[in-house]
Amino acid sequence: MEILFWLLPIPLFFLFGLRLPLLTEIAILALFALSLDLILGYAGIVSLGHAAFFGLGAYTAGLLAVHGWGEPITGLLAAGAVATAAGFVSSFLVLRGSDLTRLMVTLAISMMLLEAANRLAWLTGGADGLYGVTMWPIFGIFEFDLYGHTAYWYSVIVLFISFVALRAIVNSPFGLALRGVKGNPLRMRAIGAPVNRHLVKAFTIGAGFAGIAGGLLAQATQFVSLDVLAFHRSAEALLVLVIGGSGAVYGGILGAAAFRVLQEWLSGITPQYWQFWLGAGLIVLVLFARGGLIGLWRALVRRLHRTRDEEAR
Amino acid sequence: MLKGMFTIAAAATLLGAAVTAQVQAQESVQVGLVLPMTGPFASTGRQVEAGARLYMQQHGDEVGGRKIELIVKDDGGVADQTKRIAQELVVREGADVLAGFGLTPLAMATAPIATQARVPMIVMAAATSSITEKSPFIVRSSFTLPQAALGIARWAAENGITEAATLVSDYAPGHDAADAFRKVFEEAGGTVIEQAAVPLKDPDFAPYLQRIRDAGPQGLFVFVPSGVGSLLMKQFDERGLDDAGIKLIATGDVTDDDILDQMGDVALGAITAQHYSAAHDSPENKEFVDAFKEANGNSRPNFMAVGGYDGMHLVYEALKATDGETGEALVEAMKGLSWESPRGPVSIDPETRDIVQDIYIREVKEQDGELYNVEFDRIEQVKDPVKADWSQQF
Repeated sequence: MEILFWLLPIPLFFLFGLRLPLLTEIAILALFALSLDLILGYAGIVSLGHAAFFGLGAYTAGLLAVHGWGEPITGLLAAGAVATAAGFVSSFLVLRGSDLTRLMVTLAISMMLLEAANRLAWLTGGADGLYGVTMWPIFGIFEFDLYGHTAYWYSVIVLFISFVALRAIVNSPFGLALRGVKGNPLRMRAIGAPVNRHLVKAFTIGAGFAGIAGGLLAQATQFVSLDVLAFHRSAEALLVLVIGGSGAVYGGILGAAAFRVLQEWLSGITPQYWQFWLGAGLIVLVLFARGGLIGLWRALVRRLHRTRDEEAR
Repeated sequence: MLKGMFTIAAAATLLGAAVTAQVQAQESVQVGLVLPMTGPFASTGRQVEAGARLYMQQHGDEVGGRKIELIVKDDGGVADQTKRIAQELVVREGADVLAGFGLTPLAMATAPIATQARVPMIVMAAATSSITEKSPFIVRSSFTLPQAALGIARWAAENGITEAATLVSDYAPGHDAADAFRKVFEEAGGTVIEQAAVPLKDPDFAPYLQRIRDAGPQGLFVFVPSGVGSLLMKQFDERGLDDAGIKLIATGDVTDDDILDQMGDVALGAITAQHYSAAHDSPENKEFVDAFKEANGNSRPNFMAVGGYDGMHLVYEALKATDGETGEALVEAMKGLSWESPRGPVSIDPETRDIVQDIYIREVKEQDGELYNVEFDRIEQVKDPVKADWSQQF
């Protein structure tokens, strides 16, 4: 089943060969949502400012390329490293408070970074965006082309590797401990688990992967604008998790695909009012499918099993 | 076996797509219009689209033996979206012309696509001077901010203002406007005593206006993008800058025709410089305004609408000249075109691919119970002063 899922990019490539930029964007959004899911869905830290790390990664990768280092893979690693460091430092601020304070602190951090990027126009290009990002070919062979072939495969492979890493993390003892913390932090503390250290670790890792997603966007579009830090990025990742289902590794990917495809389809039909229909769709989803698409899928599987069991009896 | 079948199926699909794309290309010219139709700059998108559609309605959808098809896409004013949409329009829809671009960053992000795909890109709204230098395929049908700022700076210097302050939105067009104003104004003997740059998104002008009031200039030069002007006017009034004897002078973006009438009496007497006013007195403009109002529920066209309208004119005239050929030939055919637009006589500078036009000095007055920018002076055939030699503009 899972192998089938990860083979999907191949037929998609052939079937939608002219829509690759959209598919690339879905892969990037999926990675961003996955990184938020580690923080929100597994560790239970609510965040309204995850775009801070996405944006840091994007600017890191973008600035490296502008200033003469256009090698994509090292650029991506640098983006991840910078975001990881920022995530580690800010985690202490974020984890001090309760849920409501965390919302505000994460929001504040992303707003501060946004304002800083706006002010530092000599470095970031300010509201005009960072112009002149030129990427070298990957491994010196695959050039970023107009059809977006390279950007597509590059993003899908990065998403896959990150996915494998993140899944290993959530299935490790550390991941289980995180779920314990989310379920009942007092009890976890009582049995002697280092709750705070776990949370710091989760937040830092989540920030790092968000940075990689941001770097990926900068490299694939060869442009960075202030929007990478904007509130709507953070909100979008949350929406994706609501649609796909949080606390499940495939939730982010399904959600990202559903969200972007829906957005593209609706805005094609009605460029002016698509947001209304998207909102209406979301409300229906929240009312009738609590656990998102993953929740629907699980309910379906459960029902199938039950009928099979009943037939067996 | 399965894999083999799969490859065949995929190849067939691709081939099919390629064939349909080619058939379409021979039949019609696809104009991809990428605009912010949602978000804070939605009014820009609405106006440009309405202008472009009006042109097609008036001139038919066939030119040079080919049918024109307009594909409108919303980018929400987000630069990476604009770029992706433009990229998809080129590779998927086979767009022959890219057009629209509501804000400078959106145009800047898309410029490499135009160059890579060798597709003409018509900037119908964004107004930073340097945009046309980012790709040899860019042609502009709107205006550049230095053009407008130059007009108002000269008027201010000639009309008793010796000390002025500037307040602009903090992005490239804003800096362009402030720099141009300062250059022309100081060359004419004035001094700029205070300069403020306000964030582009969710601006609050009050603290900046207070600081300017305290500095006490005779005039305040303002540029904010289309749509934000009414907030500025309101806060200008609330902070009592009017009573402090500070004259509001601005580029026409501030007293945008789209929102001018709702601003109320605060706006009365504001002096602005720009290339288009719905009150421009010419038969071409009267026809344009009447048709626009009829097609758009009686709402008034603004300078964005005329940018969309003239942008389509460029496509039509160039296609006539090339007999339906697109690509580089189309850009070549646009260079040097000149015509009578609703805004007045205009032409495309063959060297810079930027628009050359009259800049009008206007005052906000009441006409037939509505507020209009009434033109009372003009500077003829202004080239973009940043790319042209500044001295030629005096």
